[in-house]
Amino acid sequence: MADARLPSRISSPGRRGQRALEFLFLVPAVAYLVLFFGYPVVKNVVMGFQEYTTKTFYTGEAPWVGLANYSAVIGSSVFDRAVLNTALFTVGSIAGQFVLGLAVALYFRRRFPLSGVLRSLLLLPWLVPIIVSSAIWRWILDQDNGALNRVLESLPGVDARPGWLSSTSLALIAVIVVNIWIGIPFNATILHGGLQDIPPDLYEAAALDGARGWKAFRYITWPLLRPVVNVVLLLGLVYTIKVVDLILGLTRGGPANSTQTIATQSYHLSFAEFDFGQGAALGNILIVVSMVFAFLYLRANRRTA
Amino acid sequence: MDRRGSMFRRASLAAAVAVALPLALAGCGGSSGGSSGGDPKTIRVLDYYNNEPDKGVYTKVLDACAKTAGLTIQREAVPGDTLIQKVLQQSSSRTLPDVLMLDNPDLQQIAATGALSPLSDYGLTADGYVDGVAKASTYQGKLYGLQPVTNTIALFYNKDILTKAGVQPPKTWDELKAAAKKLTKGKQYGIAFSAPANYEGTWQFLPFMWSNGGDEKNIATPETAAALQFWVDLVKDGSASKSVVGWTQADANDQFSAGNAAMEINGPWQFPVLAKNPSLKYGVVPIPTPKAGGTAIAPLGGETWTVPNTGNKDRQKNAAKIVQCLNTDENQLALATQRQTIPTKTALQGSFVAENPSMAAFSELVKNARARTGELGADWPKAATKIYTAVQSALTGSATPEKALQQAQNG
Repeated sequence: MADARLPSRISSPGRRGQRALEFLFLVPAVAYLVLFFGYPVVKNVVMGFQEYTTKTFYTGEAPWVGLANYSAVIGSSVFDRAVLNTALFTVGSIAGQFVLGLAVALYFRRRFPLSGVLRSLLLLPWLVPIIVSSAIWRWILDQDNGALNRVLESLPGVDARPGWLSSTSLALIAVIVVNIWIGIPFNATILHGGLQDIPPDLYEAAALDGARGWKAFRYITWPLLRPVVNVVLLLGLVYTIKVVDLILGLTRGGPANSTQTIATQSYHLSFAEFDFGQGAALGNILIVVSMVFAFLYLRANRRTA
Repeated sequence: MDRRGSMFRRASLAAAVAVALPLALAGCGGSSGGSSGGDPKTIRVLDYYNNEPDKGVYTKVLDACAKTAGLTIQREAVPGDTLIQKVLQQSSSRTLPDVLMLDNPDLQQIAATGALSPLSDYGLTADGYVDGVAKASTYQGKLYGLQPVTNTIALFYNKDILTKAGVQPPKTWDELKAAAKKLTKGKQYGIAFSAPANYEGTWQFLPFMWSNGGDEKNIATPETAAALQFWVDLVKDGSASKSVVGWTQADANDQFSAGNAAMEINGPWQFPVLAKNPSLKYGVVPIPTPKAGGTAIAPLGGETWTVPNTGNKDRQKNAAKIVQCLNTDENQLALATQRQTIPTKTALQGSFVAENPSMAAFSELVKNARARTGELGADWPKAATKIYTAVQSALTGSATPEKALQQAQNG
């Protein structure tokens, strides 16, 4: 109501003032973005073309090297492995988090005693600092004394003690599973919110037409949930692609680079080998990949919405 | 429905931008206070001894040094893994401390930046120091740091388990292999060591690589391959856990302390941890050599003390006095005794071991020990990455030792 009345009350010079005021309100937000997001990104892009080492911090000199950092990181034998691992880690994590998160969200749609309490307990994996949860998972997954293998051993007919984090074929799977565990609450919470926005009378009407269960999900829940799903997947993608702490905590990228991703390799180059230029180059590749996916999602979203 | 769609579109764009942007792993130039002016008698000290007992031990020694020189100490102790970041920040904002402690393999990196002043400017030399220690603190022919104490790794063994099995502490690789095999029973491994995907893994492998004639300039040699094969064999026949590729030195020590491993490769900094388990009786011997009568070459550990270029000549001179004082014979002995380390002056080692017999094996190893950065200097981190990567490939069976080393050497 107020919206409709405003324009008629304001005379034209005052209107211009109003516009100026509106832009003034933008200033803090823009300044914040430029300072804390724009500067690091530009700096990172520039660093990718420089020989940026420990020396640079003292002398301020960072000679231009053109594409040398890019050809070095792409030419390294770790790169192919890291790209594949990043793809597997991201796709695997998101698929797992989303499917399980959606299942949990649908489950909590029903009202039952203690559902609120249980729902807040479900947030726990999200609240525990990653450094803590990775330490705990390291104990659980330890080959010799881990809780998981102790349970496995006590089962009849099981004789093996899989090296969850110490075998090159299992480590990536183990890391993905832990990341799924961490991501379920986020997916479940957002999807649960989306589900609550779907008017219940739609289901009543559908039930009269004979659509229940799977059919109701297929023709009502899923289409109405699509915008939320897109946001969840998009956020999940850009968040997962850059995971560093979890992998460092569980395997440090090992054994033998089997869990090394572009993000962990970028961290390693910058902060273990002090080659900040090459680290930035890898970081930039990640930024570009994230952005490509972000725009693909937005386009797809526009077409269907 | 339409409005909602567009709202979400906008939300997702904002979200995409907000989440993608912090990806940037930019080095930030945060500056912390501090000025190059100020009282020349107040000396700012930065180190990473932020836990007891080290923290208290150094507070006492630094204060005593300051008192004799008529100076005051303003000390900051940061967590170990944040020291280099702090040093780089301080380099770019010109707020480096007057006295800076560095982990010895980092000295070459920092000296290469030009942030440190040569100690010869203050008349300090490393004469009489263990050769490897002097090399670790020397960059392009100039001495940039002095290290009062050092340490290294050796072979720990559980006295009760070995006596019961009738096994003598091994002196050669063959003996070590046989002993480890014999001591492996049920849940008990013969030996524990650590080979994680970081520099700790390299550090533990070096005594085997170097003692067999391997060299970090080119790791794709038969000597290094044989050393790696020795580790692979220990894991293959079950004498060592497959988990060593994930174990830190603290993890290996936990296994040893719990009696899950009869022997371990570790350093004297584990003495206080092992002392918490009074029922454990252990001994320490030098790391076994490939052949009887050979020389074990272990890597040198410990921290070196430097004088950064702060621009204030008077304060730099006073800072050098503190570094010199930390390195007097009395202070080397005091620090070594209180911190389970070894004095770096060769002449002190006889009397030190006589007073501290538990350090005998380490002291023996230090005589021939090598600095990690002695050969490659500031290029060491890249070589260290290659070494642990090859070790991990071979231990997990992804490649033979020769192939793993070849791949790693080629980058």
